[in-house]
Amino acid sequence: MTRLSHAPAEGIVTAEASARLAGTSVSRRSFLIGAGAMVVLFSAKGQVGTAAAQEFEGGGGPGAPSPNQLDSWIAIGADGKVTAYTGKEEIGQGISTAQIQLVAEELCVPFSQVNLIYCDTALTPDQGITSGSQSHPTNFNHRNLALAAATARETLVELGSKRLGMPADQLMAADGVISAKGDSSKKISYGELIKGQRFEIQLDPNAKRKPASEWTVLGTEARRPDLPALVTGQFEFVHNVRLPGMVHGRVVRPPMVGATVVNVDEGSVKGMPGVVKVVVKKNFVGVVAEKPWQAIQAANRLKVTWSAGTGLPSHTDFYNYLRAEKPTRDTLLVNSKDVDEKLAQAATVLKATYYYPYQMHGSMGSSCAVADVQGDKATLYSPTQGVWPVRGSAAVLLGLKPENVHVIFRRGSGCYGLNAADTVTFDAALLSQAVGKPVRVQLTRKDEMAWGENYGFAFVMDERAGLDGDGNIVAWDHESWSAVLGNRPGYATPGNVITGSLAGFSPEPFMARSPAPEPPAYSNNSNGVPSYVAGNVGGVAKGTGAITSERALTHNIASPFFTGPLRSPARLQNTFAHECFMDEVAARVKADPVAFRLRHLKDSRVIEVLKGAAELANWEPRPSPNPPSQRTGMAAGRGVACVAYEGNNGFAAMVAEVQVDRETGKVSVKRIFFANDSGPISNPNGLRNQIEGGTLQGMSRALVEEVTWDDQKVTSVDWQSYRSLPLGFAIPEVRVKLINRPDQPATGAGETAITIVAAAIGNAIFDATGARIRQVPFTPERVKAALSQTLTRA
Amino acid sequence: MRLDGYLDGQVKNDLDGDQPWSYLEHMSVIRLTVNGQAHALDVDPDTPLLYVLSDELALNGPKFGCGLGQCGACTVIVKGQAIRSCITPVKAVGGAAITTLEGIGTIDKPHPLQRAFIEEQAAQCGFCVNGVIMTAKAFLDKNPKASEEEIQQAMSGVLCRCFTHVRMLRAIARARAELGTAK
Repeated sequence: MTRLSHAPAEGIVTAEASARLAGTSVSRRSFLIGAGAMVVLFSAKGQVGTAAAQEFEGGGGPGAPSPNQLDSWIAIGADGKVTAYTGKEEIGQGISTAQIQLVAEELCVPFSQVNLIYCDTALTPDQGITSGSQSHPTNFNHRNLALAAATARETLVELGSKRLGMPADQLMAADGVISAKGDSSKKISYGELIKGQRFEIQLDPNAKRKPASEWTVLGTEARRPDLPALVTGQFEFVHNVRLPGMVHGRVVRPPMVGATVVNVDEGSVKGMPGVVKVVVKKNFVGVVAEKPWQAIQAANRLKVTWSAGTGLPSHTDFYNYLRAEKPTRDTLLVNSKDVDEKLAQAATVLKATYYYPYQMHGSMGSSCAVADVQGDKATLYSPTQGVWPVRGSAAVLLGLKPENVHVIFRRGSGCYGLNAADTVTFDAALLSQAVGKPVRVQLTRKDEMAWGENYGFAFVMDERAGLDGDGNIVAWDHESWSAVLGNRPGYATPGNVITGSLAGFSPEPFMARSPAPEPPAYSNNSNGVPSYVAGNVGGVAKGTGAITSERALTHNIASPFFTGPLRSPARLQNTFAHECFMDEVAARVKADPVAFRLRHLKDSRVIEVLKGAAELANWEPRPSPNPPSQRTGMAAGRGVACVAYEGNNGFAAMVAEVQVDRETGKVSVKRIFFANDSGPISNPNGLRNQIEGGTLQGMSRALVEEVTWDDQKVTSVDWQSYRSLPLGFAIPEVRVKLINRPDQPATGAGETAITIVAAAIGNAIFDATGARIRQVPFTPERVKAALSQTLTRA
Repeated sequence: MRLDGYLDGQVKNDLDGDQPWSYLEHMSVIRLTVNGQAHALDVDPDTPLLYVLSDELALNGPKFGCGLGQCGACTVIVKGQAIRSCITPVKAVGGAAITTLEGIGTIDKPHPLQRAFIEEQAAQCGFCVNGVIMTAKAFLDKNPKASEEEIQQAMSGVLCRCFTHVRMLRAIARARAELGTAK
């Protein structure tokens, strides 16, 4: 896999980069190129540099160089080959393919000529974390990677103009060649233009992007270059990194939440074959051995005396605990200050409460990392979503200088958020530091699930709506409770994940705050604000809906478990509540759920995806539920949901058709109709793949996934106690309508689809049966309980 | 073939008791034929096959997903049977011919299943692909005319957490068609 290789030898490396690779710092700009090259620099002075730096999600933290200190974004060699450096990595979502397309398109070179190097602190810019559906907006809009490629193309055309003696506007660029329009005999290749020379050009904020109407590479279904290696077993995941002299580590986690080390009996493994060392740092315990199997056996045999655990709140009563626990951190997202008054005046007030459990990323492969800590220097091969932040937090963990820590991204198993990638990187780093050798650590399934990842947030959500006499919503009140502990480790907080915490570092402090201050500015990053309200903060309405009386208030409490972003964090939970509640209100006023939504929306893009999904599904306007003809057997229904993801970072709507077995409570999703608008489409096939995966993963999370625990420890520790729909479940037909908007900025697409699945399925169950399930997952037991309530009411 | 008792090291094996290091005496040469190549390996015979393939033979195809035989990522084919190498002690397959993902095709000459996965772009992170393709191969080899439903049934013990299910099943069906015509 040369194209996706991270090996510096594959690309053009500047002196600065090579100095960083060698662990030294160099300030001069010069090039390590034999035959000449053109390098686009990210200007430290230019306005775009500054503006773009602000766009970097989490980028440029303390101790890390800001993106504008990195010297190259794109380098073109005398052989015409292009090396592009990006801080947005491949975690399975296909973004590397789209980024290659972007560079090929703007530079007018074939896809196959572009070598993409991503996420290596010695080579690539700090673009923060690859997360939050931000890769597309960050690199495809008028900045960063896209702008660097456009700058290079314009410079090459200028050079060509001089060499060919023709005005630039009479020239065209294609396939790495500048030629005269209408006279293809007058031409010169990029390689010839560059040969033997060194061009150092600054990123031009005014460089013209190619309009979508001229695209030949972007917008096509370019194939993923990593697939041939993946399907033949040739691809190297982080799990396959093998360094000379590498030994194997195994961590020994506490048996109960809050248990601390009382004693470690190193003698219990003394003399076991291959054992290199027992490592203890506060409550972090691990064993290093020559071979993995030896490490496993030694870790099993190691006698560790632990204190009692600190206990856990009851799982069955957890949602009440969540609602009642103090202190809280309160935040107002919108507040028109007239909600109580409008609700008091309303003809009807409807209320409902929704519940969402802790869920796991549950990556297919348990997390793995390889660390080589030698003296005051460390090299970490990590599947982290943020090489620069982890460089900083690993430096804190190891007591090293950040500039002496080199973090190299290597692909792990698909992560969907803060799985155990960062924690296992810290595990390997601590063990390697203790033995002075390269150490590989892969977590057990149990440690991944119970002592590795930061779970997706559990939520309780209250919804209230006031209706006027005509059945229009005139006020919407949303209030939520969720629990947080830790987060991504960022540049300086290793205690935000389990290993750092066990090793004695504190997670970021819980900052209690009540009552909430008035919202300073409108942000719907959490989708706490429903799509149907105006989103008016400071006199400017930035929401997507029409309802002007609005309040969204959130409460965080301290979580008993580590938490962090899991695909569509908080957004999925909030959207589940909003979209089910909208359905409940529509049902109460006997309105068609699509038409009722349209009555309260004003944003044209949400409206269009909603209409698009309905059209695709041949939606028949009528209220829900569908009057059941019988009370037994199978019931069929359809449900709809839509979202403006994060308020403006992607627009999607879907219709789910389900069958509910009234006897068993089993829900089968038969067909999914999905409409998506994420701006200009870079790669329709890749986008479809994300939507298909997102909808099915959303089904699994809606139907079967839930973290469970007893009074001391997590009990969902494998694929029997934490369910995931396997390849063999009845897979629905997924039909996707892609709405292309070449004139709009690019938005994210990796998290949009999953955001609306639980709501659409919940609404379809209601349509089929009249039973409303307000708690995820929709297990057969829960569905049956809701069905029996419906029967009682009837 | 023993398929239990190796729950990722969570379950104590027969090393417990008053002969703690007795397996030292068990270190012995295990002969394996992997993808047509013969190997003689000096390993603890209780070592799960997966570790031998990954760490002794440096193969990247079979993967550690759960170590419990629950997800399929470690699947290899032995005597036509898809087995979970993470819970199979290497001594159980001594002398047997083992086929891994690397052994069924290459980038230049992919197996019809591998080709179909590329054609359908049937992967996201790709970590599960080994289990999906190897399970499907063992099944299709025995059931070349399997229906879509039978294929789904055969894949019911395999996980993909990116949920690339739609494309993967389409790819398997595509390969079945190709394998069917080839025969």
